[in-house]
Amino acid sequence: MIAFLIRRLMQAVVVMFVISLISFSIQDNLGDPLRELVGQSVSEEERQALRDELGLNDPFLVQYVRFAGNALQGDLGTSYFFKEPALDVILKKLPATLELVFGATLIIILLSVPLGVYSAIKPHSWFSKTVMGLSIVGISVPVFLTAIMSIFLFSVELNWLPSYGRGELEPMFWGWESGYLTRDGLLHLVLPCFSLASIMLPLFIRLIRAEMMEVLQSEYVKYAWAKGLSPMRIYFLHALKNTMLPVITVGGVQIGTMVAYTILTETVFQWPGMGFLFLEAVNRVDTPLIVAYLIVVGAIFVVTNTVVDLIYGLVNPTVNLTGKKS
Amino acid sequence: MALLEVKNLEVTFGLRQGAVKALRDVSFSIERGERIGIVGESGAGKSVAAFSILNLISRPGYISGGEVLFEGKDLTKLSPQEMRDIRGNRIAMIFQDPMMTLNPVLTLGQQMVECLKAHRKISTAEAREVALEKLRLVHIPSPETRIDQYPHELSGGMRQRIIIAIALLLDPPLIIADEPTTALDVTIQAEIMELLLELCDSQNVGLILITHDLGVVSQVTQKAVVMYAGRVIEQGPTKEIINDAQHPYTQGLINALPQQTLPGKRLNQIPGSMPSLQKIPTGCAFHPRCEFVIEPCSRELPGFTRSGGCSVACHMVKAMKEKAAAAG
Ligand SMILES: Nc1ncnc2c1ncn2[C@@H]1O[C@H](COP(=O)(O)OP(=O)(O)OP(=O)(O)O)[C@@H](O)[C@H]1O
Ligand SMILES: [Mg+2]
Repeated sequence: MIAFLIRRLMQAVVVMFVISLISFSIQDNLGDPLRELVGQSVSEEERQALRDELGLNDPFLVQYVRFAGNALQGDLGTSYFFKEPALDVILKKLPATLELVFGATLIIILLSVPLGVYSAIKPHSWFSKTVMGLSIVGISVPVFLTAIMSIFLFSVELNWLPSYGRGELEPMFWGWESGYLTRDGLLHLVLPCFSLASIMLPLFIRLIRAEMMEVLQSEYVKYAWAKGLSPMRIYFLHALKNTMLPVITVGGVQIGTMVAYTILTETVFQWPGMGFLFLEAVNRVDTPLIVAYLIVVGAIFVVTNTVVDLIYGLVNPTVNLTGKKS
Repeated sequence: MALLEVKNLEVTFGLRQGAVKALRDVSFSIERGERIGIVGESGAGKSVAAFSILNLISRPGYISGGEVLFEGKDLTKLSPQEMRDIRGNRIAMIFQDPMMTLNPVLTLGQQMVECLKAHRKISTAEAREVALEKLRLVHIPSPETRIDQYPHELSGGMRQRIIIAIALLLDPPLIIADEPTTALDVTIQAEIMELLLELCDSQNVGLILITHDLGVVSQVTQKAVVMYAGRVIEQGPTKEIINDAQHPYTQGLINALPQQTLPGKRLNQIPGSMPSLQKIPTGCAFHPRCEFVIEPCSRELPGFTRSGGCSVACHMVKAMKEKAAAAG
């Protein structure tokens, strides 16, 4: 267990190093931050002086080492636009994004498991065929279309659900203001969470169904039937536990990917999260903020993957947590 | 009354290319505490026969005719719930490959306790005690630690012992073992078979042993059923079948045994191979491979002829019997 965590930590360091290098090197190609930073009236000499002061004229490596040194102390630079530490700006928006991802993940788990399992057990029923058909459609429809259509239907036409913002929030802990604690907040979560979930949901239903169908053909499931166990126990313990092994692995990667997809969802729903902020930062060429965003997202990736590996190790007895198959 | 009587059992697979019959007119019976062997080459329908006794043929297969009488009940007519009460409880099964049979993500204890709890009102602690007792019965060393282990922590031979222990959990009157040693290391095959026999004897359990190996059948069973292409072609007391096989196919199987072959000679294989279900020859399904073909073989399905304690489905045997009767 300890060995596993240490290995994981070392991997995380390498991954974070690569991410920081990449995100830092992107900033050269984003355009001139000075254009946003100062007004039209500033002369070229003054601009050069400012560039020198900001260190923008130093060689790449010097800039990176300076950046990395600061980053290790939690300083990812100061946002040109907000004039505040970039990391603080990002972290302030992190809860909104995490709540979105959490809601979407919950929806995916609660829907894909029963739907996938059912359509594996009864592949010929009309319900399974409908689910499979819809999931094909779901995979091919882009998320902003789903989002805009659902706003049109549920907000504009039916007027059931709010279409933008987070609604009323309630403080939870560490200054985290949560939308899950108020009715209004929950209502605001529905559409964004569902449209974010809609990206991965069809994939997971199909994945679970395919895995489950394979497991149901296995000898150990046949043997479970021969022991006279109840169908519930066979489907939801013997088969599902084995089905979930590969699904957990894929799921870990997909949660990370979902954080990236929030950029689209947050933009459509005017959701004040990291993704929305990131898009604004790109428009404003707010390089420190962009870099900080990429690093935070990278960190989320590393953390979710570690947690998922831990869960996988707990579910699958043939893996000891050093990651080797015995 | 026989413990189990299979009567004219027919199993059909509804395949895309059309329905094919994997079993036709299969009949045999087993008494309490008796051991019978079902033999035949690969594809003869031995496993299908075994699984259909417990109504465990999965789609697209189904029982399309016949009866399976067990303790006076026709198992083919039971409700799913009633059938579940029989499986693992009154009739236990042992599968071929112990590496695939146990669920990899559940401990041995979980897989034993659940079986007891499915059939008996029993607390988990009591069920665990029963499980430990059965593990001792199959000579698992230090069962108290083994019971909390996962299947991958045990060798194949050890796992097959566990599976035998699971089969004995509810003291069933009948065990069906589908090639219980084929997947094991040669060195432990005999050991496992001996254990199984010893336990069947001491617990007075009936055993249906399915195997390719006539050698094993001759050593351990009282009755033998020989199958070919989904039909029983000869059955009777094992001794008679081994010493005086009537059907050319059974004779072929016996001649193919290694101990029948002179040292340095090649094994006497029966030429040709088992037909697939879609292409079962007309008449006697064995006739294209048979050395003794006579006129009706390719045309007419042979009925059963009695010969000593055996019954044989062969035109040639029937003709010879008739000739002998006419002469004598
Ligand atoms: N699910 C299935 N679908 C279609 N055909 C099947 C199915 N299961 C078995 N069969 C067919 O039924 C026939 C008998 O198969 P079975 O498994 O009973 O043979 P067997 O005598 O047990 O052979 P082996 O010694 O190889 O185990 C074979 O021709 C096989 O192709
Ligand atoms: Mg078989």
